[in-house]
Amino acid sequence: MEPSPLESAATADTPLVVGSVTLTSRLIVGTGKYPSFDVMRDCHTLSGAQMVTLAVRRIGPGGEQEGLLEHLDRSKLQFLPNTAGCFDVESAVRTARLARDLLSTNAIKLEVLGDTRTLLPDPIGTLEATRALVAEGFEVWVYTSDDPRLAVHLEQAGAAAIMPAGSPIGSGQGVLNPNAIRILMELVSCPVIVDAGVGTASDTALAMELGVAGVLLNTAIAAAKDPRRMAVAMRDGVRAGRQAFLAGRMPKKLYGSASSPEAGRIAAQAPGS
Amino acid sequence: MGERRIEILVNGNPAHVAEGCTVEALIAQLGLRSEVVAAEVERELVPRARRSERVLAPGERVELVTLVGGG
Repeated sequence: MEPSPLESAATADTPLVVGSVTLTSRLIVGTGKYPSFDVMRDCHTLSGAQMVTLAVRRIGPGGEQEGLLEHLDRSKLQFLPNTAGCFDVESAVRTARLARDLLSTNAIKLEVLGDTRTLLPDPIGTLEATRALVAEGFEVWVYTSDDPRLAVHLEQAGAAAIMPAGSPIGSGQGVLNPNAIRILMELVSCPVIVDAGVGTASDTALAMELGVAGVLLNTAIAAAKDPRRMAVAMRDGVRAGRQAFLAGRMPKKLYGSASSPEAGRIAAQAPGS
Repeated sequence: MGERRIEILVNGNPAHVAEGCTVEALIAQLGLRSEVVAAEVERELVPRARRSERVLAPGERVELVTLVGGG
């Protein structure tokens, strides 16, 4: 259902712009771990996302493993290839070059991870790879920890977007340190997108209420019991959080504050007044 | 004239191709759809526009990749 003119005016927003990419949806979703291509396609549509992430992998002995691209409508979705699974700078740079050759896009989601157990980003490798890829003309959407000073270095290296993890990849723990994300946003001027760690819709709302430009998630939809329903929940969570941020929340107070008038009550004098 | 064959490594596995085989010919020989494949030889990207020029030498390591689901 189309929103009414009143709602459209009340909820007007600017698009999310990262490098040459412009998105009116602030939710970016993945293409991995879905039970089937049908479910994936439905989830993409239901989530309202305009950009999806993809991974680059060797072709197996039997040929192309899956016809992923046949299930993605590039007229509706922009593609953000990633360097997932890279644990060193050289692999990440090589993967980015292969992705650009496959998709003719300069956008790359850079991941340089530290180890297979935690999947935490490696800060030094991430910074070095960012420099290398920026020098080759890539628009680097860089997955990183929530360290604010590292974010400053990444922005200075030319990153197009800083994408701090809310919590470890695929952990579903949500945004564990909102204050770090807040400080990070104060120190950089490029778009900040929470990438990784989102488990459920309230996590996206909380992230967006902090003022981040967007949320990127995959497993939270793909691994939900009902992925289609969760795709809708994530769409609404991101939207609710974004609107709450733009609206500006009321200040928190220690004591209660009545919404109804004090004057004109028929009740007896209240205790404490 | 007997065609001479060379051994190369494709995605880490030994493969045999005709001497003078290009990256483009290798992709065709494997029955892959060229548009969904990217190639590198000896860790260097072979851009799709140059696949028909890049001749494979014995022992060279070729990577052929495609896009898969990911986050």
